[in-house]
Amino acid sequence: MARLDLAEMSLRQVNGELQALEAGVNDLDWRIANPQGAHAVAVGLTAPIRLTIEGHVGFYCGGMNQNAEIKVEGHAGPGLAENMMSGAVRVTGNASQMAGATGHGGLLVVEGDTSSRCGISMKGIDIVVKGSVGHMSAFMAQKGHLVVCGDAGRDLGDSIYEAILFVRGKVESLGADCIEKDMRPEHREVLAGLLAEAGIDADPSEFRRFGSARKLYNFNIDHADQY
Amino acid sequence: MTVDPRTLRSSSSFPPHVIAEIQRAADQGLYEIRGFGAKRALPTFDDLVFLGASTSRYPLEGYREKCETKVVLGSRFAKNPIELKIPITIAGMSFGALGANAKEALGRAATAMGTTTTTGDGGMTPEERESSETLVYQLLPSRYGMNPDDLRKADAIEVVIGQGAKPGGGGMLLGQKITERVAGMRTLPEGIDQRSACRHPDWTGPDDLEIKIHELREITGWRVPIYIKIGATRVTYDVQLAVKAGADVIVLDGMQGGTAATQDVFIEHVGIPTLPAVRQAVEALQGLDMHREVQLIVSGGIRSGADVAKALALGADAVAIGSAAMVALGCNKPVFVEDYQALGTEPGCCHHCHTGRCPVGITTQDPELEQRLPPDVGARLVRNYLSTMVLELQTLARACGKSHVHNLEPEDLAALTIEAAAMAGVPLAGTHWIPGR
Repeated sequence: MARLDLAEMSLRQVNGELQALEAGVNDLDWRIANPQGAHAVAVGLTAPIRLTIEGHVGFYCGGMNQNAEIKVEGHAGPGLAENMMSGAVRVTGNASQMAGATGHGGLLVVEGDTSSRCGISMKGIDIVVKGSVGHMSAFMAQKGHLVVCGDAGRDLGDSIYEAILFVRGKVESLGADCIEKDMRPEHREVLAGLLAEAGIDADPSEFRRFGSARKLYNFNIDHADQY
Repeated sequence: MTVDPRTLRSSSSFPPHVIAEIQRAADQGLYEIRGFGAKRALPTFDDLVFLGASTSRYPLEGYREKCETKVVLGSRFAKNPIELKIPITIAGMSFGALGANAKEALGRAATAMGTTTTTGDGGMTPEERESSETLVYQLLPSRYGMNPDDLRKADAIEVVIGQGAKPGGGGMLLGQKITERVAGMRTLPEGIDQRSACRHPDWTGPDDLEIKIHELREITGWRVPIYIKIGATRVTYDVQLAVKAGADVIVLDGMQGGTAATQDVFIEHVGIPTLPAVRQAVEALQGLDMHREVQLIVSGGIRSGADVAKALALGADAVAIGSAAMVALGCNKPVFVEDYQALGTEPGCCHHCHTGRCPVGITTQDPELEQRLPPDVGARLVRNYLSTMVLELQTLARACGKSHVHNLEPEDLAALTIEAAAMAGVPLAGTHWIPGR
């Protein structure tokens, strides 16, 4: 196992070393010590490594990740795993605003809570939050799944496109064009798979499903009051 | 019975086009959405003239003495700054708004001339990357098509905060242009009206932007320049904040800047013209001692070598053209007139980019219409146009005695109107008066 210490190396050195790894790398297990809330830790990775970050991170940890499995042992700042393409990012604590923003793929797991706009503009990423999510989560969400095991703040799924939202707890309010939908067996199956992948023990039958009413897809003056 | 035309007097407050718009709104209950840029009369570079050399200045021979046009962009932080052979770049325009042939033509022309072209909302197409030797990749609020592989293929990254046609507004692509390919690139269902976000999803202010730019540099190994593009509004503050956020290059788009589709009320009533915006941006950079350190690209209503020369004389490092490049490709050309008429317009007045029925095959995804613009033909047209602009620029620079176009300066200019004098900060012609100073 290789260990990179941010107390001794610059962020550029640490990221550069990880970014230089290629698909067939022998040493798959890596650790970053002393992140101390640094921004842009482990961004732009492409190799299928397992990386553990020993502490809290600032903005954009795991940004644009491809293939790597990143675990943050602590809390994460805004924009966690933004625009992730594939791989996985897991945070053992809480995540700030905009977790998983614009993600195209991969799995983001937050074992604590997330702040507002979790999954904003998500484009295919799967996000599983063991706790609760703040307001405007899944805002303009295009594709993928957001699973919330706790509660969701106001205006969930505002202006949502084709993303699918599962919430176990209370939903303070739904945003424009977001509605509750039937929870059919195929949805429970998808949800069970996501929970299993995230390692979270929860009963899919306790969740509700939300998605787009698709009324705002083409402008209609009679819907103007919803904008 | 005939009416004596001398007795007819239309209202200045309600001229025919205003009456037509009110009645259209009454019929449809929706604001007008259109393409192109501002149509109202605005103070422009036409209101400035050059003071050619005479006894007090020494001109250069027009056809013999060199007048350099090379520009380096992104030397502040990037390991690999961009070297332009000419100070005219192609502005960001999306695949989706434009068809693939138009994008390819622009890329080939830019490559032939040693300049850059720019992606747009929806991401980078392989054809675009292949045809453009030096390609600027836009990071837009929608993040449609954004992926790190393309980011690493880019020669520069442009963080788009706003554009001159709609500062404060997001992109818009109506359902009729959302084909299978466009929808796939944007991860959206086919045929829906696509309204891009007006602000970025993962940062909310200049302090966050600084961190975002740091992330982009980390992902790309600090190799490529990072541009920040702003629509011209509160230019002084926006330029100062862009510098503070770590921009290598600032792209400033005045209100004459075009768009493929947005609300007419946005195009005509939001933002300030390019003329005052350039001066404000240059003064802001000078105030920070960053003029020429952070390069300034100006766009919005640049149409000729004279416009380029005036923008450079006011302190810009380069310009970008969008609408003018499309006009060079054939936009509003009097051909296929019946197709213009089918859209309810005529050549010279068309702003129907939003419909996807572009009569000359530029702003369309329709394969039949696109055939009207073969990429090699389009590339030649744009290359010729760029060459002409450069010759015009050099002609004016030499006449002012400049061996490099960057040596043009405000002292070479005079204004023809009080408004232009005040906005550009150059004296009213025949006086030493700059209003407000």
